[in-house]
Amino acid sequence: MSDKPKIALYWCSSCGGCEESVIDLSESLLELNTRAEIVFWPVALDARRKDLEALGSGEIDVSLINGAIRLEEQAHMARLLRQKSKKVVAHGTCAHLGGIVGLGNFHSAQTLLKRAFREVPTVKNADGILPGESTEGSEPAPKLSGLTEKVMALDQMIEVDYTIPGCPPPPELMGEALWALLEGKLPKKGFVFGDRKALCDTCPLRESRPEKIRVKEFRRVHETEWDSEKCFLPQGLICLGPATRGGCGSRCIGANMPCRGCFGPLDSVADHGAAMLSFIASMIDGDREDTIRRITDTIPDPGGLFYRYSAPCSILGGKNRTKP
Amino acid sequence: MNDFEPRIIVFLCNWCSYEGADAAGRDRKELPSHNLREVRVMCSGRVDPQFVLEAFRVGADGVLILGCALGDCHYKRGNIEALKRIPLLERVLEQYGIESERMRFDAVSAGEGEKYARFAIEMVETLRELGPLNHV
Repeated sequence: MSDKPKIALYWCSSCGGCEESVIDLSESLLELNTRAEIVFWPVALDARRKDLEALGSGEIDVSLINGAIRLEEQAHMARLLRQKSKKVVAHGTCAHLGGIVGLGNFHSAQTLLKRAFREVPTVKNADGILPGESTEGSEPAPKLSGLTEKVMALDQMIEVDYTIPGCPPPPELMGEALWALLEGKLPKKGFVFGDRKALCDTCPLRESRPEKIRVKEFRRVHETEWDSEKCFLPQGLICLGPATRGGCGSRCIGANMPCRGCFGPLDSVADHGAAMLSFIASMIDGDREDTIRRITDTIPDPGGLFYRYSAPCSILGGKNRTKP
Repeated sequence: MNDFEPRIIVFLCNWCSYEGADAAGRDRKELPSHNLREVRVMCSGRVDPQFVLEAFRVGADGVLILGCALGDCHYKRGNIEALKRIPLLERVLEQYGIESERMRFDAVSAGEGEKYARFAIEMVETLRELGPLNHV
């Protein structure tokens, strides 16, 4: 037995990008392997649930869990990891706020299942069996895990100690967080790695952002051209920078794309989407209801836009978040 | 007769609508008082969308936001700023399965007790028709 700290990594409902963010540590990944013992990482190492079950309570020092909770199986694994770990880190946006998967909360679980497993033209499912239901005719009857009633962020299911935000978290931030945890430099419980200020504060385009922004219509990136040297907002392109935590290194801005909000809200904000809604509404250039409605109608999907990554953690989207 | 008793959160601006609600009481207008939970705010522009969402989350069936008439705002543009948020907020509510009729933004000035009573009664009627909000 080595006396190196033990870490575990697990993947719930996510795209796999967060696992990639570990690989993106590149040479530092070797250092991680020298400084810590990876006891459970199903994506990269041979591991079974019984290996995890065999560990003692609190035997793992740090567990990094990425992905939202969407399946009953994930809820089970999250609880199991919590019991086996001293510290649990929500790794990436889906674990932090529900992420893209969280947009599922605009529909019921039943609607989603029926659509995906019965109605989609490319699906062949003559018996109409849905995940969570038993299949007959074979013994033991194979069964897929059912959906949880709603998509949940990790802290809505288990206690979370720290959060590394980002979709996926940038390697620099991953490194910073991992070394801090491995060296025992533990931040305050509930700490979200990243900046304390909004992305606008460190945005490379901030000099071109006027104090007062007024627009007569909102545009979408695939429908228009814009000046890539200037702030997106006065050009009518919605950028979530004003309401989103900085610390991402302005990756999207650097790639000439507006911020989509993957770092989530600032510490003082309960509802990321509502904060962004207020900001965008203030940009509308009109005093009369008909003008305001006309400008608003140029945003096709406000819910999906403002809550792109945070629907389960919105005030209406699930249990309200308790701030540390 | 539908006997559902909706719960309505009413945000009243300090300068016009709160006085208007007061006038309704002074004039002994018939009011569905037991359906109303009034919250005085300095300006309708102070009503953050988070307040409205929170109201629905904690059990309101409807939300009324009342401010000064457009052009009469004590802070010049506060009610216009409030108005600018309404269409977006309505659409987000719809996406979360909350009918936009459950929220109403309107103007009640200090002397308009009759108007306040009418809006409150209309809101109760609308909500009786929609039924209780199925909580998310």
